[in-house]
Amino acid sequence: MPLIETLFPLGWLHYLLGGLCIGTGVALLYLFNGWVGGMSTVFSSSWSFVFKRSFFQQVRFLSSRNWRLVYALGVVLGALVWRFALAGGEAQHTSVPAWQLMVGGFLVGYGARLGNGCTSGHGICGLGALQLPSLGAVLTFMATAFMTANLLAWSQT
Amino acid sequence: MNPHALTQPKALITLLAGALFGFGLSLATMVQPEVVIGFLLFKDWGLMLVMGGAAGLAMLAYQCFPRWLARPLLGGQFLTQPARWNRQTLIGSAIFGIGWGLSGVCPGPAIAALGTGNTDILWALSGIVLGGLGQGLTARD
Repeated sequence: MPLIETLFPLGWLHYLLGGLCIGTGVALLYLFNGWVGGMSTVFSSSWSFVFKRSFFQQVRFLSSRNWRLVYALGVVLGALVWRFALAGGEAQHTSVPAWQLMVGGFLVGYGARLGNGCTSGHGICGLGALQLPSLGAVLTFMATAFMTANLLAWSQT
Repeated sequence: MNPHALTQPKALITLLAGALFGFGLSLATMVQPEVVIGFLLFKDWGLMLVMGGAAGLAMLAYQCFPRWLARPLLGGQFLTQPARWNRQTLIGSAIFGIGWGLSGVCPGPAIAALGTGNTDILWALSGIVLGGLGQGLTARD
């Protein structure tokens, strides 16, 4: 079907399967442990090991900082399994310039923590929990991301 | 009793859940910034399928499990993480989106890059680590 090829020039099945995999992980974490598995909190909670500042010493960070690190370690392992089972073991590369990765990364870390969530925290868990504030967050970061990427592409033509 | 207490069985499940997350991100090619930026430039709508599939299953889990079970299978309680709509959520999300559009990387894929061996993305991961620190250091207590 031409419409499907237009929307998904690289195919669609791997996207759906990948998304279902992610959703299964989030669901398991809830079913067995009762925990909501957003990904960005670890970037605040882990600093509580280093800094005594009261912001980092909040109960919500102290209580969950251990499992969030284990969760992040799991993400690394899962990606490692994919690399050696399905991608021939080769290390991946990206051609996005280092400054974009570094500056963009800083804004991602700062913004996700200020807004209390990222693509997984608001996008997957927040929407999954039918939280309206998360829908607002998703629409906001989608809008600014669309604008930024298009402005950047336009400035480079 | 801390509902986040990490017992050994819970640690194993957490590791497995994280692994499914990381495997899924990799399978869906969300670990490649080029694919994410391609979505943001309206060239490929795959990211919608990834988010839709993941959020759909998360919705089933969050809606059904607390109705079917009194508590999680390994004990504790079904926690909720209420989001609030305020200035911080709005501004934070807007800044997050600018960074996401610039780099094509968000927190999950940045962590997964340690597994895919994409050392270029360590730039983004260190940016995120520092961004989280910067937010915490400048936050009002």
